[in-house]
Amino acid sequence: MREIKELLVQKINELLDNGTVDRVAGWKAGEFCYDAAPAVFTKENIDELLYNGFCGANQSKFLVNAATTENRILALLKPCDTYSYNQLVKEHRVDPSRVYALGIPCTGMVDVNKIKALGITGITGIEEDGENLKIATIYGDASCKKCDVLLERCMVCKGKNHVAGDEMLIPDEEAPETPSCADRMAEVARLEAMTEEERFNFWREQLSKCIRCNACRNACPACTCRTCVFDNAKSGLAAKVNNTDFEENMFHIIRAFHVAGRCTDCGECSRVCPQNIPLHLLNRKFIKDINEFYGEFQAGADTTTKGPLTSFTKEDCEPSIVMERGE
Amino acid sequence: MQVNEIEKKEYTPLIVAFCCNWCSYAGADLAGSSRLNYPANVKIIRVPCSCRVNPLFILRAFQRGADGVIMCGCHPGDCHYSTGNYYARRRMTLLFSMLDYLGIERARTRVEWVSAAEGAKFAAVMNEFAETINRLGENRKLRDLRCEK
Amino acid sequence: MQKIGVFVCWCGSNIAATVDVAAVVEALKKQPGVVYATDYQYMCSASGQNLIKDAIKEYGLTGVVVCSCSPRMHEATFRKTVQAAGLNPYMLEIANIREQCSWIHKDIKEGTEKAIILGAAAIAKVQLNAPLYSQTSPVVKRALVIGGGIAGIQTALDIADAGFEVDIVEKKPTIGGKMSQLDKTFPTLDCAACILTPKMVDAGAHEKINLYTYCEVEKVEGFVGNFSVTIKQKPRYIDATKCTGCGACVEKCPSKKTPNEFNMGLDNRTAIYIPFAQAVPKLAVIDKDACIHFKNGKCGLCVRTCEAGAINYDQTEEFITREYGAIVVATGFNQIKPTNFDEYLYNQSKDVVTSLEFERIMNAAGPTKGHLVRPSNGKQPKNIVFVQCVGSRGTSCRDKSYCSKICCMYTAKHAMLVKDHHPEIDVTVFYIDVRTPGKNFDEFYRRAVEQYGVHYIKGMVGKVEEADGTLKVQASDLLDNRQILMDADMVVLAAAIEPDPTARSIATMLTASMDTNDFFTEAHAKLRPVESPTAGIFLSGVCQGPKDIPETVAQASAAAAKVIGLLAKDHLLCNACVAHSDETLCNGCSQCANVCAYGAITYEDRLVMDKGVRETRRVAVVNEAICQGCGACTVTCPSGAMDLRGFANNQIMAEVDAICK
Repeated sequence: MREIKELLVQKINELLDNGTVDRVAGWKAGEFCYDAAPAVFTKENIDELLYNGFCGANQSKFLVNAATTENRILALLKPCDTYSYNQLVKEHRVDPSRVYALGIPCTGMVDVNKIKALGITGITGIEEDGENLKIATIYGDASCKKCDVLLERCMVCKGKNHVAGDEMLIPDEEAPETPSCADRMAEVARLEAMTEEERFNFWREQLSKCIRCNACRNACPACTCRTCVFDNAKSGLAAKVNNTDFEENMFHIIRAFHVAGRCTDCGECSRVCPQNIPLHLLNRKFIKDINEFYGEFQAGADTTTKGPLTSFTKEDCEPSIVMERGE
Repeated sequence: MQVNEIEKKEYTPLIVAFCCNWCSYAGADLAGSSRLNYPANVKIIRVPCSCRVNPLFILRAFQRGADGVIMCGCHPGDCHYSTGNYYARRRMTLLFSMLDYLGIERARTRVEWVSAAEGAKFAAVMNEFAETINRLGENRKLRDLRCEK
Repeated sequence: MQKIGVFVCWCGSNIAATVDVAAVVEALKKQPGVVYATDYQYMCSASGQNLIKDAIKEYGLTGVVVCSCSPRMHEATFRKTVQAAGLNPYMLEIANIREQCSWIHKDIKEGTEKAIILGAAAIAKVQLNAPLYSQTSPVVKRALVIGGGIAGIQTALDIADAGFEVDIVEKKPTIGGKMSQLDKTFPTLDCAACILTPKMVDAGAHEKINLYTYCEVEKVEGFVGNFSVTIKQKPRYIDATKCTGCGACVEKCPSKKTPNEFNMGLDNRTAIYIPFAQAVPKLAVIDKDACIHFKNGKCGLCVRTCEAGAINYDQTEEFITREYGAIVVATGFNQIKPTNFDEYLYNQSKDVVTSLEFERIMNAAGPTKGHLVRPSNGKQPKNIVFVQCVGSRGTSCRDKSYCSKICCMYTAKHAMLVKDHHPEIDVTVFYIDVRTPGKNFDEFYRRAVEQYGVHYIKGMVGKVEEADGTLKVQASDLLDNRQILMDADMVVLAAAIEPDPTARSIATMLTASMDTNDFFTEAHAKLRPVESPTAGIFLSGVCQGPKDIPETVAQASAAAAKVIGLLAKDHLLCNACVAHSDETLCNGCSQCANVCAYGAITYEDRLVMDKGVRETRRVAVVNEAICQGCGACTVTCPSGAMDLRGFANNQIMAEVDAICK
């Protein structure tokens, strides 16, 4: 990671100096070292740029508002971020001529909550050490296995290949292998295998935690409406207070439906949820169904293919397939 | 007869049926002109095409107390707008699968293709769907997905 | 808040017998916004309609709800009624309390309850109604026909005879299409040229028809009634105003080695050529690739020969842009080259020909002057094998899945013609099924079998081999369950037909949809078979699906009738219930355009004022002349920027709320 960071800084300075870009969309340390948040840098503050195991945040969404000027902005895109980037380009939300997309390698990002769950607190720094992480804390050094504390998205990594980018920091084939240690659909399948009552109870417990902070919506690269339909007074949906207890559920079902066929499964919704609701399991359900009903589809794999909800075949399955599926 | 006299006294399930103007709504009209009975608690909302049915409408109906929602459209291949019901078919398949995933009884939602000539089918579908919803009883789950306070 | 009037119809006893109309009136009077409610025996009668008109004026109603029969029955009637009283016709909603209530519920309490709820839903909807206005758009009274085969010619002639200007764009140097290459036509055996060429001459001479031959459609803009089409004129290197079509240049041209397209490459033509004797327009054209002048700047024999001085080596591409009210697609078909059907030896043996090649061999104006001879040695064949369904009705990647439809009949025709001229030639046809559904078709086929003694064998040819100057045909006879090995001097392949390769790009320009085989899709398979789903685009001939000449001509005239109906109007009244996009909400994601079957949605960069900020945004724009109002786009739009007038999101949700109250 350290070598990559050095290479990256060198490349960024080169691109800033030769005038290719005048700003950089990257990550900046927050109050704690694990609070790496997306930020825009210029030549003046570029030394504040961070790239370590906490830089999970997907940069592509921020380009919607940042990539609007004449001068290009440098976007640092991890392999999985390039899917979201493609999707945004496809939907004309990001103009690629205003972005210089630099593909950067990634060896998996960690979930600080998982580290904390191991009893490691007061974290001040983190360093990779082979398959392990060396964690500096105010109580001394600690360590854990990296694969135990990876972000959900990294557990089911899409691989080290970038699907978009003007340039690669290092060629994909030379990039370090990415970890992938879980079956992406395992949790969805587990829920599907439950009884109706169990599923209902699971989601009631989860969705009841929602405080409608809209963090999921703000982080989601597929949620780029100028005004959300739930905030639009004319839509008949917007409400200052909840009409019924169903309001949050409606929001999450509709949000998942609106991003169905467009969601790249980047997992930002779950990563940013302060209530730790596994929102990605809603999106993955749609992805799983789409794959099963209409053939394998990966949103953002390119910038031209029509999405599964804006296309059809005459031989598509009937909705009764839902009824016919066994309990 | 006064309004207060016709307030609901006992529970009867409420079914909202979205029907496309060109086939299914006409099929419902044919059921009517053929005097084919189906339960009065089936209430039809006319839309130009099944592709006009937004998942929002369906969730809204459940939120406001519907016990079953059925969407009817032209048979695939016969859409007045040539392709509308193909999009509707994908949307509803995915939405209903999602509702099932959330633990909502899958029998509360249904899609049926009813042509303008299928008055008898329209009545039969509504009778059968109403019976299913009767058996399931009141839709509490969608209103209660969030814990009671 | 609207001032709503509610009018409950008895429909005699049709409604009143099972719905307590007075109770409905009383209950609906209490709905928010209702200022007047009444009932009447027959609301659709003149006095019933007057009742509505009077109430609108007396109570200053802004919205009207009629509780009556199905809107499919009388919505149009009552719209006119409210309009006559000065209201916008779209300020009306109908509650269907007959077909969907009184007729199906025997219990008066049940019927009354339901009628009240349906009425309340209509009231809730009309609260949110807004006046709608149908846009009108002018109609340019000229039609474009793309393709100058029999389909395009017939369509153009019919439109022109009705008094409208028609332009035909044909990519070849002459009109006539595939039919001009045919010898005889089934089931009457009259000669194709005898019936086609007079029509070609008519089209060329008609004062309302303008031929753009050797031209291609380059760009299409606009919409129904107002298309703007750019046509590319390819250089002929001949001044069309001077050339008399005398053919002297053709005689003199020293470059004589170019395969003659008109004769399917069975003989050669010169570099400067007239496609065939009856070509319309009868103009020479220089094939630049074959011309010696264009190779080395020498020759120039044609310039010296032409007394009219028509040769012009300096001609370049020209672009013509014209306006049209309607466009007819008549792009036709090609027969596939069975080059990857190795088992039939098409690539190796000259004596294996396609049916269209055979058509030229049989034709008196063809390469053999109509003498039936083997291409390999010029001798008359002793036996001929016809193979049907080559590339049709198959499942492998080299096959078309569909039936090419014309092959059974023309094969019977070929067999019959061979026997007619040379009864001594042995003719065998291998078929999977013989399909003869057409007037006098089966009789024709039976004549071939019974009268002319053509051998029909059910089975496919598995292999053709060449040995000792003859062809050995291996086949199976499925009815007798035996293997056949027979000699043949010629093998004729009834190769599949496919849409012209230019059709796909034309469809893209027209935003007209196609099926997976590249045939144009009709607006409705049964009820609108000659229209494309895209308004103003009409389909003529094989571009829509395989068909024979009578069917093509019938469809061509049908398409012409539709075009005439369109061009007869000065203005088009657009559907008022169309989609529209709120530009402050639209994020320009293009999903709506992806699902629009009509190509009604385009994107524009517009200056938008939103939340106090003025900025240029890419936003969706609906062309109201094209939108049919299905609403597919509205559900695809996540932000709700795209909504449908007359069936708006908030209107439908208000109905849902009223029903679920």
